Amino acid sequence: MLQTSPAVEVRDVCFAYGDQEVLHNVSFSIARRELVAIVGPNGGGKTTLLRLLLGELQPRFGSVRVFGELPAVSKRRVGYVPQAIPFDPRFPVSVREVVLMGRVAKARLGIFGKADHTAAEEALAKVGMSGFAGRAFAEISGGERQRVMIAQALAGGSEMLFFDEPVANVDSKHASQLYNLFKELTSEGVTVLMVSHNLGVVTVHATQILCVNRTAGLHAIGDLASQTFTEAFGGSLTAIRHDSDCHVLDPSSAMHAPHHGQEPRVRFNKVESTPELGVRS
Amino acid sequence: MLVCGFQDSSHTHQHTYPHTTLFGEVIGKLTDSMVTFFKDLLEYPFLVNAVLAAVLAAVAAGLTGSLVVVRRSTYLAGAVSHSVLAGLGLARLLQRRFGVQWLTPMGGAALVAVAVALLLARLTARGRHRSDTVLSAVWTGGMALGVSFVAATPGYQDDLMSYLFGSILLVSGSDLLWMAALNAVIIAAMLLCYNRFLAIAFDEGLARLRGVNTALYETVYHLLAALTVVLLVRVTGIVLAVALLTLPAAAAGLLARRLDHMMVLAAAIGIAVGVGGLAVSYTPGLPPGATIVELALAVYLLAALVGRRFARG
Repeated sequence: MLQTSPAVEVRDVCFAYGDQEVLHNVSFSIARRELVAIVGPNGGGKTTLLRLLLGELQPRFGSVRVFGELPAVSKRRVGYVPQAIPFDPRFPVSVREVVLMGRVAKARLGIFGKADHTAAEEALAKVGMSGFAGRAFAEISGGERQRVMIAQALAGGSEMLFFDEPVANVDSKHASQLYNLFKELTSEGVTVLMVSHNLGVVTVHATQILCVNRTAGLHAIGDLASQTFTEAFGGSLTAIRHDSDCHVLDPSSAMHAPHHGQEPRVRFNKVESTPELGVRS
Repeated sequence: MLVCGFQDSSHTHQHTYPHTTLFGEVIGKLTDSMVTFFKDLLEYPFLVNAVLAAVLAAVAAGLTGSLVVVRRSTYLAGAVSHSVLAGLGLARLLQRRFGVQWLTPMGGAALVAVAVALLLARLTARGRHRSDTVLSAVWTGGMALGVSFVAATPGYQDDLMSYLFGSILLVSGSDLLWMAALNAVIIAAMLLCYNRFLAIAFDEGLARLRGVNTALYETVYHLLAALTVVLLVRVTGIVLAVALLTLPAAAAGLLARRLDHMMVLAAAIGIAVGVGGLAVSYTPGLPPGATIVELALAVYLLAALVGRRFARG
């Protein structure tokens, strides 16, 4: 495995569930340390693409490489944080134990040593949850649980993190903190891929946008144009630039609109300037 | 019949309570029974064996039962416990009709339990088959086979009731040895696999992504559950084994915040209700297995009443 190999390299990938083709001739390459937002309409193939990158699915044609290796080989270097943490509120487990699960396959004889505990403490510190180690996982908030799951992935030594709708269950303040955390992680060498439906926000924070709708196109934020989203969502959407920043008005309602030659309904958010999120109308 | 208690024990200290309420009389008799039991404990080796069997069963049940409870897989334990009737019946049939003396009924039960555990682990892995359907098939199929084997066995089936409802007072020294050996296996496996069991119970998919061989640990978990059930069948019988496996663990789960704490607490509750059940059932001639389960149920209900407040401090 070469240090110079890209974080993700997908070439000519086709994938189908039975006779239904979900991804067709998808090719893109993501460099290390990028913060990439994966966007696209429901059923467009975002989750399928993530599962291909995690090695849970195999492409029918084409190749997928993560850090230059097959996903099945590289999966220990990749952390996945699901949208909804399947959690029983009565499950007796502490925050520290949940973070240590990130190292569960590495523990010698299945028992955690000093190095494992140190890694867990460091990961908790990185996500700002140091004081929570002894708390019951059931007693912390949804946003804090999200952070703990990120710490779990980091404790396992993940060099790339996949997030499925990372801010779906958290308020705007915690969402902003999470995005700042993602930026910090990329500056420390971690590559971050996040699936999101909120274009208005992710375009502010991401360095690249991967538009997935049966095919896929990777775009640098600076190259974003209305055409980018028209191709991804199958309708006429508008990207508006303000000075040097690009702000895509939230077209989330359009994502659920049918694509039978019908114009999607685009809702322009009239959001006042919020420094935490950097969104403005 | 000894299995059902000590109705004719000459060592009891019976009193009458002419001026007390029925409740007071019951409490008085139970207290007398406990006092008599602990006095006789040093005198009768079979009582010592029964106490040791209760302790060994409680430790195994506390460890494995806690995992069963947090994984919400009590039906797995039910299916295994009922299916071992096939092993018990087959061993008895082979002994009586074909002279195969080396296969004892409990040996037959252990073999069937292991086979069932391996079958269930394979069939239910990654949702290959609907788990409730597979468990129901194993549950009822095992019982049906067991009944057929028992019917085909010549002679009077005097020990059938002890299979169904346990016979802790008949535990022998050799029984204790294999129970202790099973306990050692269960404790060692739990120490080595605890962190991986915890990760799988928390989220199997994430554990797999973190590199855990979930298929292997699922098989080990099924085997541990099966061996624990075999151990409990000797104490409470096929019908009540699930109760002793799950009730102390469920009570502990209402009080503990970590799985390892839950396991230790469940074992302690199991020991208390096991020894307490033996003592309470001693002179009134109550069936000890059933009394142990009734005490476990009482502890669970008590924990449910006060547990939440205690757990939240």
